Amino acid sequence: MDKMDVLLRQKAPSGLIGWKEEEEMALALGLSLHETEGRLLAQGVLPRRYQRNAKSITREEQCRLFQSRVAVIGCGGLGGYLLEELARLGIGSISAWDYDNFAEHNLNRQLLAEIDSIGQSKVETAAKRVQAINPAVKFQAFNRPFAAGEGEDLLAGHQVVVDALDSIPVRKMLAAVCQRMSLPLVHGAIAGWCGQLCTQFPGEDSLEIIYRNSSQEQGAESKQGVLAFAPAVVASLQAAEVVKILLGRGELLRKRLLFFNLLDMEFEVLDL
Amino acid sequence: MKIVVKLFATLRQGRFKVQSGIYPEAAKVQDIVEGLAISPTDLGIIFVNGKSADLNRVLHEGDTISIFPPVGGG
Repeated sequence: MDKMDVLLRQKAPSGLIGWKEEEEMALALGLSLHETEGRLLAQGVLPRRYQRNAKSITREEQCRLFQSRVAVIGCGGLGGYLLEELARLGIGSISAWDYDNFAEHNLNRQLLAEIDSIGQSKVETAAKRVQAINPAVKFQAFNRPFAAGEGEDLLAGHQVVVDALDSIPVRKMLAAVCQRMSLPLVHGAIAGWCGQLCTQFPGEDSLEIIYRNSSQEQGAESKQGVLAFAPAVVASLQAAEVVKILLGRGELLRKRLLFFNLLDMEFEVLDL
Repeated sequence: MKIVVKLFATLRQGRFKVQSGIYPEAAKVQDIVEGLAISPTDLGIIFVNGKSADLNRVLHEGDTISIFPPVGGG
């Protein structure tokens, strides 16, 4: 019996392990919290933080989520909620990009924008938040714009890319990068009371279709702004798409666009 | 020919939600967009009978065209 087995008998006799015990185990084994949680899940031991996932996600699936790498491009309205949910879900490795700092006008809708984070880097603030929620997550912060050449190198090894950008031309560039790298892209965008969602798989041209009439930088949000509930709704839908892609389960929003307008409470799903 | 035009979200402001109109034969999506004075920057994705369509799409009797604003915020 190795050291890990001995510790598991002491600290997780029921197949569940608490955070304090997980930290003690990491220390005893000389492993990082990320490595420790990966080993626990691989042995079928469930950290208690995932106990309420367990009726909807099996232990094997929880392990698969932990072994996954997801890239979130943008840490503003969508990115803040996305990172919150992905870290709580137990996605083991998350990379995030943003070159911007928080400003007062972000406070109306961006989860990571607080009085004390005004002027702070969005992606560094995101790193602190993920660490505070789930220290077992390996988080990589890129405090710079997402750029095609470098981005391509850095996206290698990820399983899913999430579009949380606020620029139409950069979205088109990201979609092209994902095509070249054969990576699935979960698109989301918001404006005013509205939002939209679409999942693009390699070989599909959904984003080209969605933005084929748009040569400008911004959409309706440049006149309408964005209300607090729009990023929360779209980011949650995007997080659900990410989990389904990683688990190979459920129905994805491929070759279709979900458009909602919460002012008139309309939800449309249209074929692309 | 009769065409049903549906506008979504901000495009309804000063216009309408759904309206039937009579258009010349072989009218294109572009003709309807211009007729509604929708500027290029206010124009997002367009669907004809629930399928995405471009501005050059020729319309037929009974078609329904749905026009959305561009959504690009994050």
